[in-house]
Amino acid sequence: MKAIVNVFLKNGVLDSQGKAVQHALTHHGFETVQDVRVGKQIIIEIDESDAVAAKEKVAHMCEELLANTVIEDYEIEIQA
Amino acid sequence: MKVGIIQFPGTNCEYDTQYAFATLGCETQILWHKEESIPNGTDLVVVAGGFSYGDYLRSGAIAKMSPIMKALKIFAENGGKVLGICNGFQVLTETGLLPGALKRNEGLHFISRHHHLKVINNDNDFLRHCAVDQVVKIPIAHHDGNFYIDKDGLQSLYANNQVLLKYTDAQGNIDNPNGSVDSIAGICNKTKNVFGLMPHPERAMESLLGSNDGRAMLEGFIHA
Repeated sequence: MKAIVNVFLKNGVLDSQGKAVQHALTHHGFETVQDVRVGKQIIIEIDESDAVAAKEKVAHMCEELLANTVIEDYEIEIQA
Repeated sequence: MKVGIIQFPGTNCEYDTQYAFATLGCETQILWHKEESIPNGTDLVVVAGGFSYGDYLRSGAIAKMSPIMKALKIFAENGGKVLGICNGFQVLTETGLLPGALKRNEGLHFISRHHHLKVINNDNDFLRHCAVDQVVKIPIAHHDGNFYIDKDGLQSLYANNQVLLKYTDAQGNIDNPNGSVDSIAGICNKTKNVFGLMPHPERAMESLLGSNDGRAMLEGFIHA
């Protein structure tokens, strides 16, 4: 089973990298760009058969290590 | 006075820190991160600067999983004194021993230079030899020094005199190099035994090298 974890800065926490990328895009003529957020994706192969159990475990990993919940939110997608 | 200095893979300020405390007459010991206890009789543990685990994932994130961190938590909970410098500060916020978090610098650049700091509170071991509003000059060298804390957390820091230092110019006017909330450079916990700051007092021990303002700060930990 595969878990796709996306980690982003929380809304309200300034994403300086996202802002820099946004400015670069608009200055290169992509004028319709309204907002950019830069995050990270962590892909985990996990030996579980139950998707619910797998998601629970990965959520625990996020709380313990993968995200810093003071400044970051995470989303988990489980793929069979 | 016995000082333990934690070394992770990627730590690079442990020997500067050892030199600084040895100069002040302390007994020092480097503590490898795989150790599961803090040596008996240790008065202060320093989490030294550097790039523990290459700053992978987030600065300080992987270091918090090291065996010695469990021992450090117990040491701190029992009133032991802990000082986190630069990457050490990041490790302490990741561990939860200090509130807030350290984000990428607002300007996205790594900043390495001397910076002025103003002393905000001195009713603690770290800054007891400094005067409130005193301006000191201490090197900074970081990429992720942008201190973040939410509004309630910030209020609580001020209410308990936990804000230690702010980035300023030589005259003591706010001069924020990295986007930190309220230009905060260093804080302590509520019980004032765990301290963290991004600047490097251990690199400001000799006026020949630009500043010896770090001496008075580190000397605060030494009680005769």
